[in-house]
Amino acid sequence: MARGVAVLGVGMHPWGKWGRSFVEYGVAAARAALKDAGIEWKDVEFVAGGDTIRNGYPGYVAGATFAQALGWTGAQVASTYGACATGAQAIDVARARILAGLCDVALVVGADTTPKGFFAPAGGERPTDPDWLRFRLLGATNPVYFGLYARRRMETFGATNEDFAQVKVKNSRHGLANPNARYRKAVTLDEVMASPVVSDPLRLLDICATSDGGAAVVLTSLDFARRHTTDAVTLAAVSTVTPRFPNTIIEMPNFATDSAASVPAPDVPFKDSIARRAYEAAGVGPEDLDLAEVYDLSTALELDWYENIGIAKPGEAEQLLRDGSTALGGRIPVNPSGGLASFGEAIPAQAIAQLCELTWQLRGEAGGRQVEGAKLGVAVNQGLFGHGSALLAKR
Amino acid sequence: MRGAKERVAAVEGWFRMDEAEPRLLGVRCRACRTSYFPKESFCRNPSCGAADLEEIPLSRRGKLWSWTDNRYPPPPPFVAKDPFEPYSVAAVLLEAEKMVVLGQVVAGVDAAAFRLGQEMELVLDTLFEDEAKQYIVWKWRPVAA
Repeated sequence: MARGVAVLGVGMHPWGKWGRSFVEYGVAAARAALKDAGIEWKDVEFVAGGDTIRNGYPGYVAGATFAQALGWTGAQVASTYGACATGAQAIDVARARILAGLCDVALVVGADTTPKGFFAPAGGERPTDPDWLRFRLLGATNPVYFGLYARRRMETFGATNEDFAQVKVKNSRHGLANPNARYRKAVTLDEVMASPVVSDPLRLLDICATSDGGAAVVLTSLDFARRHTTDAVTLAAVSTVTPRFPNTIIEMPNFATDSAASVPAPDVPFKDSIARRAYEAAGVGPEDLDLAEVYDLSTALELDWYENIGIAKPGEAEQLLRDGSTALGGRIPVNPSGGLASFGEAIPAQAIAQLCELTWQLRGEAGGRQVEGAKLGVAVNQGLFGHGSALLAKR
Repeated sequence: MRGAKERVAAVEGWFRMDEAEPRLLGVRCRACRTSYFPKESFCRNPSCGAADLEEIPLSRRGKLWSWTDNRYPPPPPFVAKDPFEPYSVAAVLLEAEKMVVLGQVVAGVDAAAFRLGQEMELVLDTLFEDEAKQYIVWKWRPVAA
């Protein structure tokens, strides 16, 4: 079984459309996490920053940007990027450094300031970049891919527009009790169904917004944590898996899947492998989970995740939703934070925010959205270009 | 009479500019026989990795794997019509290649009538045009039953 590291402190800057520098959100989140951990900034030996690609050069060197803003201390840094899974990569770099014995105390920070509307590719004419070409040749925005997955789910498993809408209804209720959520309003089924179609079958309220926000965690060795608290949450495993060849599910930003004509598709599809790798590393299974945070870029994708993380068999996710199992008070609450439905996406902060939520839940500090007696939680995420991420936290 | 605009591929070398028999152009590894679209310089099969690939035309027909109808104009570099006209995008499984390929659906097709697995075929159509040229791309079209 893999050794864990302690999550000694967590902190967030509320999600919104604040329009300020991402550095402000990151510093606010970092200060909150340091205070929560009960340590000083100058105690931090290593800083891992999750990069943002929409905020100029400071965003590409996020680790140093945050370290400079907090005040240079000579700490070592790393900056990582893995699309939507960026935060998990930053967490994993810090974790690996601690497990290798290279440091005891690491700070992980991610923050973003986002433009209005659809995410667009980075600027300039780049006819060899598939992320540029998919917009140019297909008009394939991210919601176009989400729409393809959602339609496929309806056709193969009988999911309905109402099922998708009920995911939003559930997550919006969860988000009511989260002071860091951007949207804190209970959404009704009728409101989702009355919102305009963006990429059929998905409507505006089925698709997550883009948000500003910041999240940070203080990770430490278990020995260091024991000197500060008797009962720290442990980050038991991190998965940053990539697909296995051939990947037969169309992946953003690609034009085609791999061909499975010569080499058969792997037994475990990519998205199923993401959480599985973390379970295997920690010696647990989906039946041991008390809660899950999953990446609901669309409502339909949340249903896919139920199956990908093993809490439902293929085709049975709708049943889990309909019978209330994944709502607060149910057998396995999913997205008690309110999920992306309540937050919108602040890319490099999002996986870190997921770990913040797991930590609050496992400590019993989640207030009105508390999953009673939670001992084990998973957070999963997928970034384009084949980035899987799963974080497993326990107490 | 106005002269017809020049028709040019919106992307070079991805498809055969043949209105009657259009084909996507991929490559196939001469060692392990795996096909790729778009073209690759190296075989991506981790058990192969050869660099000896030959250009091949992909199957023109396939089965509808999924579809969506996009109702809002994408940001640049997409060149949107003004006013914007919604379009559908189809994911089509090429059975011989066991590969799903995306493409816009030609205008005038009602996506609400699509059925999973129905036969689709590749055609060439205008992606956008400027004063002098029409820029051509591949699109999917349902095969008449």
